[in-house]
Order: sequence, then structure tokens, then C-alpha cells
Amino acid sequence: MVSLSASLSQKRNYPISEEKVALRPRWRGRIVLTKDPDGGERCVGCYLCAAACPVDCIALQATEDENGRRYPEFFRINFSRCIFCGYCEEACPTYAIQLTPDFEMAEYRRQDLVYEKEDLLIDSQGKYPGYNFYKMAGLSAGVKEKGKGENEEAPVDIKSLLP
Amino acid sequence: MPRIYIDNVPFEVKAGRNLLEACLSLGIDLPYFCWHPAMGSIGACRQCAVKVFKDAEDTKGRIMMSCMESVKDDLRISVCDPGAKAFRAQVIEWLMTNHPHDCPVCDEGGSCHLQDVTVMTGHDYRRYQFKKRTYTNQYLGPLINHEMNRCIQCYRCVRFYRDYAGGKDLNVFSAHNHVYFGREKDGVLQSPFSGNLAEVCPTGVFTDKTLKEHYTRKWDLTNAPAICQHCSLGCNVIAGERYGQLRSIVNRYNSEVNGYFLCDKGRFGYEFVNSENRITQTLIRHRTAEAVDEPTLMSHLPNILIGHTVIGIGSPRASIENNYALMELAGRECFYQGLPDNQVFLEQKIVDILSAGAIHTPSLKEIEQADAVLILGEDIWNTAPVMALAVRQSVMKTAAAHVQEQVPLPGWHDAALKELAQESKGFLANMSVLSSPLDEIAACQAHGAPDDMARLGFQIAHLLNNTLPAVDNASAALLQDAHLISQQLLLARHPVIIAGTSAGSEALIRAAYDIAASLQSSERQAALAFVLPECNSMGLAMTGASSFEKALAIVQQNPDVTAVILENDLYRNMPADLVDSFFSKCRQVVVLDTLHNRTTEKADVLIPVATFAEGDGTFINNEGRAQRSYQVFMSPDKVLKEAFKWLFEMKVIRSAISNGHDVHPDEMLAGLERAYPQFKGIAAVVPPHEFRIHGARIPRESQRYSGRTAMQANKAVSEPKPLQDDDSPLSFTMEGYRGMPPAPLIPYFWAPGWNSGQAVNKYQQETGGALKGGDPGIRLFRDTGAQPAWFQDIPDAFTPRQGKWFLLPQYQLFGSGELSIYTKGIAALSAAPRAILSTRDAATLNMATGAAHYTVR
Repeated sequence: MVSLSASLSQKRNYPISEEKVALRPRWRGRIVLTKDPDGGERCVGCYLCAAACPVDCIALQATEDENGRRYPEFFRINFSRCIFCGYCEEACPTYAIQLTPDFEMAEYRRQDLVYEKEDLLIDSQGKYPGYNFYKMAGLSAGVKEKGKGENEEAPVDIKSLLP
Repeated sequence: MPRIYIDNVPFEVKAGRNLLEACLSLGIDLPYFCWHPAMGSIGACRQCAVKVFKDAEDTKGRIMMSCMESVKDDLRISVCDPGAKAFRAQVIEWLMTNHPHDCPVCDEGGSCHLQDVTVMTGHDYRRYQFKKRTYTNQYLGPLINHEMNRCIQCYRCVRFYRDYAGGKDLNVFSAHNHVYFGREKDGVLQSPFSGNLAEVCPTGVFTDKTLKEHYTRKWDLTNAPAICQHCSLGCNVIAGERYGQLRSIVNRYNSEVNGYFLCDKGRFGYEFVNSENRITQTLIRHRTAEAVDEPTLMSHLPNILIGHTVIGIGSPRASIENNYALMELAGRECFYQGLPDNQVFLEQKIVDILSAGAIHTPSLKEIEQADAVLILGEDIWNTAPVMALAVRQSVMKTAAAHVQEQVPLPGWHDAALKELAQESKGFLANMSVLSSPLDEIAACQAHGAPDDMARLGFQIAHLLNNTLPAVDNASAALLQDAHLISQQLLLARHPVIIAGTSAGSEALIRAAYDIAASLQSSERQAALAFVLPECNSMGLAMTGASSFEKALAIVQQNPDVTAVILENDLYRNMPADLVDSFFSKCRQVVVLDTLHNRTTEKADVLIPVATFAEGDGTFINNEGRAQRSYQVFMSPDKVLKEAFKWLFEMKVIRSAISNGHDVHPDEMLAGLERAYPQFKGIAAVVPPHEFRIHGARIPRESQRYSGRTAMQANKAVSEPKPLQDDDSPLSFTMEGYRGMPPAPLIPYFWAPGWNSGQAVNKYQQETGGALKGGDPGIRLFRDTGAQPAWFQDIPDAFTPRQGKWFLLPQYQLFGSGELSIYTKGIAALSAAPRAILSTRDAATLNMATGAAHYTVR
């Protein structure tokens, strides 16, 4: 019924070049890598986004700093292959990879659609403020000590027999 | 065969197994943690619960741990029963209450037994809202990482490390829900089998530290079935590559050879493939621009190959295809082993004994099943560690078998058998130059000069077979040892004698043979195992080629010789002055090798070749088992191809006959078999290169392989064509046949629901049994039942000579390997070069304890 009335109503042209479309925050456009509240890279190089990607357009290599904190040595998205499905964002366990409502990415050369980490990383927490994976994770990677994370008890004293 | 009913479906199962083994062997997914096919059951994790019913009328049933119940005829169980399922789900939920939120940064993720079982039981949301227990970690050395928070207390690590592998420095500490698996204090794990903890641990407590350096998930690796390159046992491994680097080695199950476990040298010694010391450029020396491309090299080669005498120096670490290609290039009579006279002589003796077929040579599995073992002069702890592990199992299993004779316990009932057996052990006599950790489980050990050990061997042979001569002037200790050992060997039904070449003594080999042949009888199956130095020592020895000294003699007579040296650093095996004089006499030297070394420096033409990871090759292990190692990845550097392809092209240049085709490993093996009857049957080692299943290849990459369209996008946004493999039925892509491949072609173990290595259960005929379709590899030595030819030449006792030194090599697991030393962790654990001498000798030289430097002339 709606479509019938729409097809009978008068046609109208929208001047899209001048008037920007208001896009919702969850609109799936250009992919970014965000930072945690402390300003550290959120990406821990777990490879789940790459595994979830149906067109295999994400490639990365995980590495560690001296504290054992994982981060991507390189992180590459080939946007000429990306279909903006958002599976990478869904797969990401640390809220690092997020899709933004920006779609104005046209380039004259296809090669310029290959984004490296420095092109992807933004200085913001994006849509999920306040989350810091390393405070939730059990291991200590320079963010918090063992037992100091959320929902953690102090490390076990293995010399003690007390219950 | 007992018939059991699982969810009312009747199955014929093997007697003597437990219900868990029966279910897994039937292909039923039943979760488990603490049970391990090589280590048996202890019923600790409570994960494998099933309902057992009294009879067909019983509808209520009771929950039992399937790993602790034997199969019985007409037993009725249910795996799918809601009560059993709820029980298993509850157990995993408990185990997960303290498990950290670590999977994204855990190296086990994606190949994690705990993930598999958690998903399998349906525990997907956490309900427990309270605090998690934490532990501090320990530094366990450069090879193994420790993250104790992840532990689920299955006890597999200590059961493997202590009970199975005989390690002492890993243990369980503390009590109740605080138990801690680690060392007494931080420090390097001492066992040479510590790397297996990474595979034995169902979660990420123990992980591979070398993989951490360049971490890659299991699903992102390009894998191929390969053969370990670091000793003569030929353990089967899965090698994985990502971004043009070899990233990890994991065990590839082969029930006859390595079973479930590898040694640390094999697991971690892979980094030579990625070494900066790799030869990557073809060089023609003595030119302004030494680095040349392939066409320039090809136009240069006729100058040095045509019209000159070409001799080939083969290699014990090169595949049999490569050695055969060199034999074809140089001609049978101009092919030499590149080993010193005495080594060639020893190995030839071994080949003669094994090819005569009078005595069976055992696989590692047969050594595990032996009920008495005599090691005669070989330090297998360092030269063949997985064989030492097999010997340990033989000792433990024999003790368990003695217990089982008195108390009818099934063989899988690990804790009960250990409790009954206590400290009792099967018979092991360890004779070696120096002591080794095997001495701890040996009933009898003696250390001395090789000739003295050989005399002991001959005396044992004399006691077993009185037609053989007795040893003259034998000491009382020797007579006593010989008496004890011969008595114990006579009690055994499957005695195994182990000898080898590392002591450099032919008498030891002869004595070992005499003992084994004397033991052989209608009720006793004796076996004789030999250990050789390198991964293809046996293959090279089987060619029957002459030693390096013979090549040197040729070069000294003939001034116009082009020597082609294949993957062999001559300076490692021969005195430097001999090698120097060899090079000075050669007109031209062509060297094909993988890494720069002193020999490659002498090359006039240096050709880079593929390592085991970049090329196909067949290696023949110490028992004469030919096994194919497949190419894992192809280097972006195109010049890197297998040596046999280069050598074939050189042969084409020399003979000027070509059909224009490339040569496949299959053709090399077929040619080898035709030319050398001792290799009969080797061509059937793997399916031919055109083998397909429903027209499809077997993919080296998993279905989840990621990054295909981005990996090389920084170089060029258009993806390159996938690499082609004309030499094997494997493909370098994720497309292909996803079912069960033939056993020699298994690139990795994976089954639906089993992302971890535990998927191997699905590839076996039964748990812990042979792979479906039979284990890979073809044994080239056949038992002929021929009458043994006795050796009677007994050496004199060793007597020190005034002013002379008797030098023997001491092999080190970490340090003696030419290739494994390129792994940083292994290099860090290697002892500094040293000489050991007895305290008496040191006293005569006035050497002080702890003095560091002496000049040796």
C-alpha cells in the first residue's frame, strides 16, 4: 500500500550533492581502528576480524611490546574489496574495529583504496566509550597487574593451605 | 568383540578399551580433557560423563565417567541423554568460572581444546558473576610461555612431563582450588620434551614462545605434511607458513614413528628456514657483478660442466631425490658421500645388516612395546631423543604389564597401574660413553670406551649363544654385567637392542648385531635399532657411494675436475686441511645449499636451494622408512627451488637431451627405483602428483584462511594468481577436497567441532591407532628370515697410550645440530663448546677445577 502510494505521488529530486544525508551512527561506512580510554591501541591483533571477513580483505600481523601487550604490527584493509558488511566489527572482541557513517572514499586509483594502520587508526573510542580490554583480560600486559583487573581476586599465594 | 549399545544403536567395539575410547573411535563427539590416548585415563576432569543403564528395561541409568569404564558385552550407554548432557555442561561451566577473558590474546585460540569442548557442550554465556582466581606466572625459558590463569586443573601437563617424559622440574603445587602447575621457582624447563606441553595442555597455560614471536592463528597458516630435519628418526611434523615465513612446527601423528610427541629440537628448530643467513642469490664468483640471474647462470654452466670431469658430493641432510639427481648428473662412480671414511664404513655396515634382513629393525612404536631394551654405546638422549622417550615408555609399560599379570587392570587405567607398579620398572641396560638421564630408569648402566662396551656386548652374545667366542681377559665387572643383562634379555619376549654411529665404533655395531641375532628364536622376537646422525643418513648410505677421501684422491690425480657439492658443509665432517686441499685441487666448485657456511665460501658457483619447507623431498629414516616431506610454501624469490631441479637442468646441459619438461619428485623416485634395486618400492611412498579426489586437490589452507585479498595489497592491489604446485596433489589455496585425505597428504588435523589438534581422533582407525588408510611411509628393509652371519672379531680392551688422547664426540641435543642452532631459543640453551676429560687425566695435566682456557693443538 505504501509503495503504491509512493509510486503515484509526484516525483521529486533531492539535491544530494549540496545537502548531506544525515546518517545514523550505526551506518556501515569507512572502517576505523579506535583507541581505549587510556589512549592505547584497542586492537590486540586477535585475527578474528580477518577470519570473519567474507571477502578476506583484512590482513594483519600481531606483535607484542615489552610488557606483553599485543598490538598489530601492520593492519591493512583493502577497501577496493570491502563490502562494508560489518562482520569485522561484530567479531571484534575489543571494540577496536568499528564502521563509521562516512562513505566518501572515492579514489582515482584503486591502489589508493588500500588502507594501512596509520590510515585506519583514529584518536577516539568511537561508538563504545569506556571499554579497555586489558582491564578485563586475565593476563598482565602493562595495563593492570595480575589480580587488579575488574572481577579479579588477588593472585593466589601457592604457599598457603588456607581455604 | 563386545557389542555395546550407544543411544540404543548397537556397535561392535574393541575389547579392553574404555567407553570414551570406544565412543571417539566410533566418531562420536564426546568431550574430555584429562584422558590422553598415550597417557590413559585418571578420571580427573569429569568431562566425559555418559549415562550407563543396567539393562534394556532400565530407563533411569546412572552417570559415569566414560574414561573410567571398560567396554563390556551388551553394555547400554547414552551419550545424548539429557541428564548426561546437563552434567557435562555444568562441569564446563564450573571449569570456566575462573577462566580469564583472554582468548583474543591467547596463542591457543583457534586451536584450543577448551574452546572446542566449551562450544560442544553448549556453554556460550557466562552466568557466574563473581571474581576470578588469578595466579602469577613463571619464566620457563625461551621456548615455552606460561600463563597460569588459564589453567583448568586437568593435570595433563604434569602427567606428561613427569610420568610420561620423566622430567622432574615441573610439578603441581598448593592445594584445593589453588593448585598451581609450574616449577619450584622461575627457570628453564629442563626436559627436552617440554615443547609437547603446548600440545598436551588443553588450554593456553603452556604455549610455544617461538610462535609468539610471529604469532599466527592456526586457521591462517599454510600447512603441509613434513618430516623433521634434525635427526635420523624422521618424526612426522606439520609445518605452517604465513607471510613467506615458516611460523610453527606441530606434531603430525604417525602411530609407527613419533606418535603424539616431538622433541624440542624438532619442534623449535625450524627458524633456520627464516634465517638471514639463507642463500638467496645465485652467485658466480670472481666477476665484477657476482649475483647473477638464472639465464646468466645457465649460459655459464656449460663452460664448467661440459668437457670436464664432474664429481658429485652428496649429503646426509639432503633428500633422496636431491642425492639421486646428483648421482645422475655425476654418474654413479663419480658420486661420493661427503662423509669421512670411518663414518661411511659404519653406515655401510648398518645398511648391510639391515638389508640382509636376518634381524628385524623396529619402529619407534615397536621399541615402546619392547619388554627389555639394551642400548649399546649410543647416547640416544642427545642423538635421537624421541627414541629415548620410546625407550622410557617400554620401561614403564613393561612394569605395568607385570602388574597386570597379577591384578586384572585394563591398560588405560593409568593412575591405578602407576599406584600398583610404584617404582618397579621394565629392564633397560644403558651403555654409553657418558651418563644420560636414561640412567635413572636403567636397571644396569655402564660407561666406558667404545671398545670396552663392545667387549661387554660380545660377552653378552657369548652367554646367549655359546658358539660365539668368549671375551679374553674380561674384568669381573664386565662378566657380572654381561651375566645380568643376558639373563634379563632371555626373559624377554620382545627385546630391542639399540646401537648407532655416534661413538664411531664398528665393534659396537657388530656386537649389537650378535646379541640381537642370538636372541632371535621361535618364541622371542628380537629387534635391532640403529641411530644415524642426519635425517637422510640412511638414504645416502643405501646408495653405497664412497667417502670423501676417495673423492679427494680423484681430485689429486685429475687436475680438471668440477665438483658439485650438494647441501653439505664439508668442514663440519672432515678435517679442515683435507677439505682445503680438496678445494685447492678442484678446477671449479659448484655448491648448492640453503645457508651460508664455510663450504659455500669456497664455491665458484653458488646456487641457493629450497629447504624442506620450500621443496618436496623424501627422507629415509633410521629404520629404512621412506617418508615424503611436502613443500609448505613457495618463496616469492623464484630462484629458490629444490636442488634436484637444478641438478636435473645441469644434467640436461651435460647430456644435451631434454624433453622440455620439468621434473617431478615422482619421476626422480621412479628413476631411483629402476637404477638402484635397494630402493625398490620407494616410488609408492605417496600418491602420485596427479592424484585428485573427485577432481580436487587437497588444500594446504583452512576454510577460514584470512587476508587473501589484502596480504599483498600493499605491493599491488590486484591479487596475484595463486601459486601452482605441479609436484604434489596439494594446492596452495583454500579450495579443494575437504574430506579425509590419504594419510601421507594430511596438511593439518581439523574436524567439524574440533579446531584443536585433538581432531586427530577423527583421522585414526581407533584412538591411538594407525591413521585411516595406514600410516604414511614405506619401509625399504624387509625381513627375509635369512640365517644370521655372525661377527667374531672381538676388540681388545681400551688401554690409554702415553702422551696420546682418545677423542670422542659428545652430542648435545641443543648445540650439535647444524640447522637447529639458528633458532634463537635453542642457541641460548646450547652449552658453550667444551672438552670433557676425566678427573684423573686432569690431575696429571695439573688442571684446576673451573679453569676455562686451554690451548688445544
